[in-house]
Amino acid sequence: MAFTLTLLALAAVLALAWRYLGAYMVAIYRGQVHWLGPLERPVYRLLGVDPKSEQSWKGYAVSLVLFSGVSLLLTYGILRLQGQLPLNPQHLPGVPAALSWNTAVSFLTNTNWQNYGGETTMSYLSQMAALTVQQFVSAAVGIAVAIALIRGLGRRGSSTIGNFWVDTVRGTLYLLLPIAFLAGIVFVAQGAVQTLAGPALIHDTLNGVTQLIPRGPVGFMEAIKQLGTNGGGFFNANSADPLENPTQLTNFLSIALMLCIPVALTYVFGKMVGSTRQGLALLATMAVIFASWTAFTTYAEAQPNPAVAAAGVSSQPQGNMEGKEVRFGPLNTALFGVASTQTSTGSADASYDSFTPLGGLGLLTGMMLGEVTPGGDGSGLYTLLLFALIAVFIGGLMIGRTPEYLGKKIQAREVKLASLGVLVMPITVLALAGMATALPVGRAGAFNSGPHGFTEILYALTSQGNNNGSAFAGLNGNTTFYNVIGGIDMLLGRFGVMLPVLALAGALAAKQTVPVSLGTFRTDNVTFVVLLLGVILIVGGLTFFPAISLGPLVEQFTHGRFFG
Amino acid sequence: MRFPTTLSQLRAAVVLALCALVLLGIAYPLAGTGVSQLLFPFQANGSLTSHGSTLVGQSWKGPKWFHGRADSDNPLMANGAAGESGASNLGPRSRQLVAETRSVVRQLESLGIHPTADLATSSGSGIDPDITPGDALAQVPMVAGATGIAPGRLRHLIQQLTIGPELGFLGPSYVDVLQLNVALSKLR
Repeated sequence: MAFTLTLLALAAVLALAWRYLGAYMVAIYRGQVHWLGPLERPVYRLLGVDPKSEQSWKGYAVSLVLFSGVSLLLTYGILRLQGQLPLNPQHLPGVPAALSWNTAVSFLTNTNWQNYGGETTMSYLSQMAALTVQQFVSAAVGIAVAIALIRGLGRRGSSTIGNFWVDTVRGTLYLLLPIAFLAGIVFVAQGAVQTLAGPALIHDTLNGVTQLIPRGPVGFMEAIKQLGTNGGGFFNANSADPLENPTQLTNFLSIALMLCIPVALTYVFGKMVGSTRQGLALLATMAVIFASWTAFTTYAEAQPNPAVAAAGVSSQPQGNMEGKEVRFGPLNTALFGVASTQTSTGSADASYDSFTPLGGLGLLTGMMLGEVTPGGDGSGLYTLLLFALIAVFIGGLMIGRTPEYLGKKIQAREVKLASLGVLVMPITVLALAGMATALPVGRAGAFNSGPHGFTEILYALTSQGNNNGSAFAGLNGNTTFYNVIGGIDMLLGRFGVMLPVLALAGALAAKQTVPVSLGTFRTDNVTFVVLLLGVILIVGGLTFFPAISLGPLVEQFTHGRFFG
Repeated sequence: MRFPTTLSQLRAAVVLALCALVLLGIAYPLAGTGVSQLLFPFQANGSLTSHGSTLVGQSWKGPKWFHGRADSDNPLMANGAAGESGASNLGPRSRQLVAETRSVVRQLESLGIHPTADLATSSGSGIDPDITPGDALAQVPMVAGATGIAPGRLRHLIQQLTIGPELGFLGPSYVDVLQLNVALSKLR
């Protein structure tokens, strides 16, 4: 009952975000919001960019790639040199090369995969100037690409799709920064730490225990970590750590922050292409999958943990508590996990590795569907639009007409680009997971034995390929092998989708629209939602079913057997 | 794309990366720290009390104290650094998890505590400061026997210190073990 109220409260918050945050975002990207003008205008002067000029898709893509390259180098440099830089009260040494590469790519690509132990590896400066910065800009870049694609769909005969610099700066200043700042205050008020003082040494005279409490600038990083669908936390335990996610309220806030921008983007889409119903069809598609997966995963985690039962614990009234925090309990933890894996966030308020086999399957498959329900900031919407183009293509084949989407003819070039964008992730993930399983150096990383060990490897490469960043954290990913292939996985998962999307935006912007007729295949009704759901589930299902049947499914169906 | 255009774009990329570094990497966390220290100094500094942080679990030994989750402790490492937070990460069909849980169950039973699911398992953070009211009630006979405080008073204490659900519906109810034991020490 209480959990039902939690779900209703979340739905209410997201409905408000859809309508009002969505409307605010439309105004931001149409250039109608100016309240930070005194900060915004000097930035353009420093950049040498005319905010009124627009770019072709190639210009947009070149700017994006250059900015990403510079960000990668700067982040890598700060991590390597943190030992010589200030704000390092624990005197931590520079981060090793392979780990710095993996981490820099990870935060650049909005993945936030963490092969490092936060509080024991990163100085305060690295957490702030290297990681937090990327948590903002990687989200802003993702949203910018989504906006560029929306413009492509909304414009006719246009050779430009917007200005990369303006979209990135405006998204950061007007959208991410104010919301993150307000949310940061709530996190700290609830108990998240936020200080530059080093760890605190405490001796408790009651039980004679001496503790060193790690601290740092945590609360405000937490806010952008969730809002930017990043997921990389200050502490190793991520959102399970009470100093990072202290209460039920912050846990709920985290879930709402992860989901609000991806959900609001469907409103932005509808407004900017001139039909709110078109956006609602996409939102409905997202909601069906999100709700089904939430039901499945919460049910799975409300079941007892077989190993704990075998150890002689007679009753597990709440369900599987291994690796979970008492203040959250299994249901809220499962909801958090679904939100985190169906956006590109990947934050964790529990050990996903210790989820039941079916609970873990719920998280893994949430990512395997391409993270479109609702997906990451920007990446969710633009990937879902690729699926939508494939859906109208298939619909067109069935009724024997040239497919159209929003009045634009979808021809060979568009279908090729959409297919490329949809297929690059599964190909990368399966090839790398196969390689890691085949090589001794890959198998050595698994911590658990039997099918669960395979799931750890599959999960890691799925997570990085989808720019998610959550983990079955038993896997020892901090090896040169996993650091290097993980970095490649993340780069392909990000730019292998973004660049086809920008090319598509350019191709669509140049097209004229054809008038709606009786024969037009409609994309704002239930039929289309069902077709789109079918495409997402069939592409994801056919691609990954063999792999998941070797991992979580084997684990689920070997009743009474234990491994290791 | 002409070369001079690309060069000007590269310059913009470098400048934007540096602007982001200053505004988002330095100004944002510093402003956040300033506001936090001004408005919520207790929380911002780690919820520290003279007996430890209320947000970090401790290891409680013997029958005179209420115990927390199996792994809840953040001890000082031998090298003087803080331990790393984290979970067991053992899967639901791990033989090691069966063995480790079994040894916790035996420990609990030797103290006369009925092994509840939360007390027998380890947490996500490794420093979970909380237990459910049910976990605390399971320890009442042990604590009453060792301290001589009437079980009724202990049950009343647990009820008084039960937190949540927040807003009446968010998550389960729980008890902070440190707060419970500090209150217990005052009853003696």
